[in-house]
Amino acid sequence: MNNTVYSINGPVVTVRDTKDFSMLEMVYVGNKRLIGEVIGITDHATTIQVYESTTGMKPGEPVYPTGAPMSATLGPGILSNIFDGIERPLRSMEEASGAFIDEGNSIPSLDTEKKYDVTLTVKPGDQLKGGDIYATCPETPVILHKCMLSPTLKGEIVEVSPNGSYTINDTVAKLKTPKGEIVELTLCQKWPIRTPRPVAKRLPSDRPLITGQRVIDTLLPVAKGGTAAVPGGFGTGKTMTQHQLAKWCDADIIVYIGCGERGNEMTQVLEEFSELIDPKTGKALTDRTTLIANTSNMPVAAREASIYTGITLAEYYRDMGYHVAIMADSTSRWAEALREISGRLEEMPAEEGFPAYLPSRLSEFYERAGYMETLCGKEGSVTIIGAVSPQGSDFSEPVTQNTKRFVRTFWALDKSLAYARHYPAINWTTSYSEYIDDLKDYFDKNVSPDFLTCRQKINSYLAEENKLMEIVKLIGADVLPDDQKLIIEIARVVRVGFLQQNAYHKDDTYVPLEKQLKMMQAIIYLYEQSRKIIAKGIPVSEISDLGLFDMLTRMKYDIPNDHLELFDNYYHTIDTKLSQIK
Amino acid sequence: MSVQFIGLKEINGPLVVLDHVPDVGFEEIVELLLDDGSTRLGRVVQIEGERVVIQVFEGTNGLSLKNTRTRFLGKPMELPLSTELLGRIFSGAGKPIDGLGDIYAEKYGDINGKPLNPVSRVYPRNYIRTGISSIDALMTLIRGQKLPIFSGSGMSHNKLAVQIVRQAKIAEDKGQKFAVVFAAMGVKNDVADYFRRSFEESGVLQRVVMFLNLSNDPIIERILTPRCALTAAEYLAYEHDMHILVVMTDMTSYAEALREFSSSKGEIPGRKGYPGYLYSDLASLYERAGIIKTAKGSVTQIPILTMPNDDITHPVPDLTGYITEGQIVLGRSLEQAGVYPPVDVLPSLSRLMKDGIGEGYTRADHSAVSNQLFAAYAKVQDARSLASVIGEEELSAEDQQYLEFGRMFEKHFLNQGFYEDRTIEQTLDLGWDLLCLLPKESLDRVDNEVLEKYYDPKRAEKFKG
Repeated sequence: MNNTVYSINGPVVTVRDTKDFSMLEMVYVGNKRLIGEVIGITDHATTIQVYESTTGMKPGEPVYPTGAPMSATLGPGILSNIFDGIERPLRSMEEASGAFIDEGNSIPSLDTEKKYDVTLTVKPGDQLKGGDIYATCPETPVILHKCMLSPTLKGEIVEVSPNGSYTINDTVAKLKTPKGEIVELTLCQKWPIRTPRPVAKRLPSDRPLITGQRVIDTLLPVAKGGTAAVPGGFGTGKTMTQHQLAKWCDADIIVYIGCGERGNEMTQVLEEFSELIDPKTGKALTDRTTLIANTSNMPVAAREASIYTGITLAEYYRDMGYHVAIMADSTSRWAEALREISGRLEEMPAEEGFPAYLPSRLSEFYERAGYMETLCGKEGSVTIIGAVSPQGSDFSEPVTQNTKRFVRTFWALDKSLAYARHYPAINWTTSYSEYIDDLKDYFDKNVSPDFLTCRQKINSYLAEENKLMEIVKLIGADVLPDDQKLIIEIARVVRVGFLQQNAYHKDDTYVPLEKQLKMMQAIIYLYEQSRKIIAKGIPVSEISDLGLFDMLTRMKYDIPNDHLELFDNYYHTIDTKLSQIK
Repeated sequence: MSVQFIGLKEINGPLVVLDHVPDVGFEEIVELLLDDGSTRLGRVVQIEGERVVIQVFEGTNGLSLKNTRTRFLGKPMELPLSTELLGRIFSGAGKPIDGLGDIYAEKYGDINGKPLNPVSRVYPRNYIRTGISSIDALMTLIRGQKLPIFSGSGMSHNKLAVQIVRQAKIAEDKGQKFAVVFAAMGVKNDVADYFRRSFEESGVLQRVVMFLNLSNDPIIERILTPRCALTAAEYLAYEHDMHILVVMTDMTSYAEALREFSSSKGEIPGRKGYPGYLYSDLASLYERAGIIKTAKGSVTQIPILTMPNDDITHPVPDLTGYITEGQIVLGRSLEQAGVYPPVDVLPSLSRLMKDGIGEGYTRADHSAVSNQLFAAYAKVQDARSLASVIGEEELSAEDQQYLEFGRMFEKHFLNQGFYEDRTIEQTLDLGWDLLCLLPKESLDRVDNEVLEKYYDPKRAEKFKG
């Protein structure tokens, strides 16, 4: 075998005159055995993208095929861990090569020495099909890991080891396939990252992902198994929004992909999540989180792979019956990695230099989300929340536009809101959610039949205000009739008191749905009572002087999340104060 | 390897092509010996079998296909490193140009650096007091941060950078070593000289390493300049536990050099002709700021860039803003109104400040003051745009108050002397004084408790009349 490097151009190398490689096969390149992937084959040359820096590589160095596509290792040890874009554990790499990342690190993805307390759930003679669970072990204090038969296998269990502690590579059972081969089952398996893991069937997404963020839960909800995009220029709070969702959303497992973003941000996630306590389980948030960190200065090809690695890990936990949420920050950096590699391959560019296959790659990614019935008959979901960083904050650029076609919730972050320090800076007029109808039953049954009605009213105040503001900008608010001035006042309460949320305030950082509802009801009550008074010809300024609007603006701070009964006082205060006017 | 290759195959802009060259490494350094005895350095940027494309740092002027002999050095570009770097001046490619001779190297560092493992980073929390109110209160600089200054031609960004360097030095704790690494890319001779003189006056010159690539120096060298500077900075910070402030100016010239180089290689252009990898390339520089667990030092970056036509959506400021942890934006209208430093508060931001301020760092009310100042100043802009339509007299009383607040804020808070060094207490108190110009109930970003403690309409009286 003499497959050797012929040409080198950044992360793209070619091998000439060989037929030994298959498309998307993982290969080792050069004397340092850098990890690469075959991305193009002609009869003259095989093109390989290399996931590490090729500095110093020479033509004539060997290239080794592995015979398998780029795969992720799936098994216990994924959670609480941090990986690079091709699932290499960054903590172990630090031990091996210090603070700076060296090339040619071949460290196994998962800890091979740690022992897990394994319970076998099958007995000899059991017939298993792909996706069936044969063993479980507690991976972290909150997550029970379920070892599933690889979807490509089936057969009869012929031997089972006793319950006990095992490492991920120990054989815990043996399976006889219909062809008579004996397969040793360990706690881990491999799965190619670019292939979606199979499921039994897709179910409708009719449950919300509850995030505790008012503007999201109430105005622009996303369903479990849904897709959402968060586009915004720099400084509009994309990362902050993603962090808030990762901390508070009610998914069982979070996969956080830092794709081409800042190193310090990943350090922050690591630090914060290990200190924060999950309100539902009382354990550290890291116990349910895994991080993929391929920061902007790490090799660009691995950045391209990081998105697929992340979603493969997510699908694996979904198959166990968990609800998984992926935060991908940022898909634009991933698209740029595609563009960069496409440029090196001298492909014909489409819009703004992006390759013509950008939309199909985006849709392939977002379509891996969904609420599924898994192969083992459980229900699980993968929700994708992708940040988009449009160039020049221009939402008409290709990545934003194409993403918009494939997601059903769109949280447009707005620069002017961010400049005014209105966070989360989600613009309520340009954003949308297509899940409202799907989620109606859930809200009616689990929150209150009133919830969506209130939402509608709050929305109408904002829409009305938006119209009025155009007039106000031209001629000032003083000329408006009093009923319209009231809209402006109440919409201000909605914006400042309801939509704005303080991530650093202990109560306001996460707000349960019941409180969100009660806040809306209080605002609506004030509006409707005031309107009655204004109909009697009393100017709105008299109502403002009572301080009622300011009182409701502060209710998010004044009422602790566990004392919702205090809302009743507001109705009393509103009634008494308004009656003074008459 | 002492084999020399005679002649060249092709010359195209800064690139030369050689044929029949075996055994060359990607990004290896090349020495070109000209017939007249001079030498130039270059780097391998593409290999195809035995055909090698070389980028010549000093440009290809005077090269012909015959008059050149090429020697491959067998290693990537390295910078000699030692503490002797301090106080010295180098060219953009790292050659001493102050006539004091070569550096006696303690070790050599690959100028491309290596990506920092996110696990090894320490999250930056220690704030750097710059003594400039707008920055300290509203976009606090944190040690280990990268905080660029977005400016335009003719604005006072250089003056501001010098003031930050001088005052940040004063604010250092005792016993901690502080040094400045200054990288000039495509700046005018006058500007480089201004920085040198200013460092001298503030007494830091012996602790400054300067890398100068002036506007009439070769553009390829400009691509190396920040890499040399950051290699020196990392060495001093991580191996000699020093706190390094890296000032890099002007990043726009750097990006233009990259564009020129990319188009001469025949690469497919992205936006405005800049190469598609501009983001990754800028990130490979900016991400070299930080603090690591194994060292006491830190690398803080203040890149300066001029926005062409003051356009913040231009690819260079745009991509920079996506990588850096915030930005300090200078505004031309403030500059014209005579405000120094002309910091345009609303688009400016420091992402790391939230964890480096407040109790234990600055003062407990810091985040409340800064949020409220931002929000109030945003309202000032609304009131101003309304006033420009309907006239100031027609505004409501509240809007008028905001206009007054805006004027005083710019005059007393933003505006400060070049030698005026304000403590954080002075800055925050001044912020409260100004906020007291506004009615108490409009301060909706502040907790009641804090408001009770600091709000007193009397504080604002000095601004009246």
